[in-house]
Amino acid sequence: MRDAWTIATKDLRRRLRDRTAILVALVLPFGLAYIFSLTLGDIETRSFEATFAVVSLDSGHLPDEFTSLLESLDFVSLRDAATETAAETLASDGDVDAAMIFPQGFTADVQTGRGSAIHVITAPNARIAGLVAESLATSFASNLDATGLSIATVADSGAPVADTLTARAQAVTPGAEIRAAGAEDKSGSQSTFFAIGMAVFFLFFAVEFGVRGVLEEREEGTLSRLLVAPILPSSVIGGKALASFAVGLTSTVLLVIATTWLLEARWGDPLGVALLVLFGVLAAVGVTALVATLAKSTAQASAYVSIVAVVGGLLGGTFFPISQAGFLSTIRFLSPQGWLMEGFQELSYGGSAHDIVRPLSGVLTIALVSGTLA
Amino acid sequence: MDPSLVLECEGLRKTFGDRVAVDDVGFSIAPGETYGLLGPNGAGKTTTISMICGLLTRDTGRVSLHGRNLDTGTVEVKADVGFVPQEIAIYPDLTARENLRFFGKLYDLSKPELDVRIDRILDMIGLADRENERTDDFSGGMKRRLNIGLGMLNDPKLLVLDEPTVGVDPQSRNAILDSVEALAGEGMAVLYTTHYMEEAERLCDRVGILDEGTLKAEGTRRELISLVGEHDRLRVEAHGNVGAAAAAAAAVAGVDEAIPHDGSIELLARDVRGSLAQIVRAIDETGTGITSIEVREPNLEAVFLHLTGRALRDEGPAEA
Repeated sequence: MRDAWTIATKDLRRRLRDRTAILVALVLPFGLAYIFSLTLGDIETRSFEATFAVVSLDSGHLPDEFTSLLESLDFVSLRDAATETAAETLASDGDVDAAMIFPQGFTADVQTGRGSAIHVITAPNARIAGLVAESLATSFASNLDATGLSIATVADSGAPVADTLTARAQAVTPGAEIRAAGAEDKSGSQSTFFAIGMAVFFLFFAVEFGVRGVLEEREEGTLSRLLVAPILPSSVIGGKALASFAVGLTSTVLLVIATTWLLEARWGDPLGVALLVLFGVLAAVGVTALVATLAKSTAQASAYVSIVAVVGGLLGGTFFPISQAGFLSTIRFLSPQGWLMEGFQELSYGGSAHDIVRPLSGVLTIALVSGTLA
Repeated sequence: MDPSLVLECEGLRKTFGDRVAVDDVGFSIAPGETYGLLGPNGAGKTTTISMICGLLTRDTGRVSLHGRNLDTGTVEVKADVGFVPQEIAIYPDLTARENLRFFGKLYDLSKPELDVRIDRILDMIGLADRENERTDDFSGGMKRRLNIGLGMLNDPKLLVLDEPTVGVDPQSRNAILDSVEALAGEGMAVLYTTHYMEEAERLCDRVGILDEGTLKAEGTRRELISLVGEHDRLRVEAHGNVGAAAAAAAAVAGVDEAIPHDGSIELLARDVRGSLAQIVRAIDETGTGITSIEVREPNLEAVFLHLTGRALRDEGPAEA
């Protein structure tokens, strides 16, 4: 064991001097997690917001009801516009995303069944907000035939008409926003997902240098010197595995800390995370070692490991969530990355170590099988 | 098994598929003795020492160090062996001292003892002033010297050097040969493989001539040269059809061997001075121009030529 440790410390010293190892083990995964969180994460979670102007040329109460409806929506801000021309100017200048104009006599026309129209003017670069404005107005208008009675009924019951309309308007609120809000609770933040994904993805590259170390020693000519030394051949293998394990463990732990601190990622139960990291690093060492045994040179070993890391990473959902992706959601468990993502995400949802027994077992099985075969 | 001998090996055989790389090779080395394995590239030298050092499993044969069996995986016995591989085997991103320290730790040396040995080795190989520089900044000669220093670090009873001077500049080469001579003088047994006849003649107390995997002969320089008999060695520098000239010279009475090279012919002949005129005439008649003639005392090159019919540094005679 002491000889293996001597070899491992030598390898670690060399890796520290090799800046690419630090790049692959720490800088790249953290950097990508940060970039993905900033870009993809922002797109996914940013709330939809719109600024509308309502112009009422009508003296009745329906425009006020509609305004009340808009005021009740979190994503809508209102600007004042006294005239139709003022509203058109606001929209054309982009000061509002859309302006909705109630014509004179609107309330009376609707209540007497003569019908009327709400004019919606959309700003040139606010296509989505314009669609939302149209939807809201359409929803309001399409309910008015029935609401002629319902408004009266609701009014008689003493409940505000706006409540009913708000509920209906919510139904036409863009679904993505509702879904995004719902998904937030279950999947944790996007930064958490990408922190986990990048840590798992790059783990296999981080441990790779060690498992191809024997081939590297052979190419450098130092393997013969090691084998002539009074140590067991297994010490050489053990030293390489130990160094791989140390790098994988260190890089993953540092990534957990860094992404928690800097990206506000929520990894979850520390015990569960520790167990999963430990087993995950073992599996990564085992799988990459097994792959490296098929190679005849370090270049070939790197290529093989890269293929396994990338395919396994994609299959395991390190870049994109695939837990709902039908066939992929099943075969992802062929890869250790799939089990790791499952476990880490469960923890980030608020699960405990007890809840990740299945992914832990999956990862450990892969570690044992691949390590033994290697 | 003779425990007074540092190394004893016998009946070594190694095959790779159908090819016999080494067949029935055996020799022994006493303390303070330098034994040379002399042979051309591909003769089986590296395979032989790889079996001795435990890098290759042997098909048959026995190796012992001070009477103890030196098999693959025998950890304790290996501690008495120092090995200098043919290729430079050092870590380029570690300093000279870090390389020495790492390999020294594998020999279970205490830190103070290791420090003393590292300092001594660095002095011996002339790298004390560069000890903290990464070795990828070293010249080829410096790397070679460190390569040898690493083999001596454990103060071995048997030092095995596999062609340590290949690709080395003359100055470094001399330094290496001096080091080996000094080590043998201190009582270390040295197994030295080379295809340089001059190195074998300078360093080795005894030489084994290895060709095509078999030990053709072994003994001291004098014993080996006596195998050639009362032969003289003649080197003729020539231009023209050297192959035809060699064939013509070989037909002269008293000439036993005539090996054509690129621009020269090596001849072994009894009483070369008496037959010199006939040799010159025979070559001249082939239309080959002679530019110089040199008569030499027999040496190991001549022995190799005599034993194998081939020159030591060439894969085979030049095409006629």
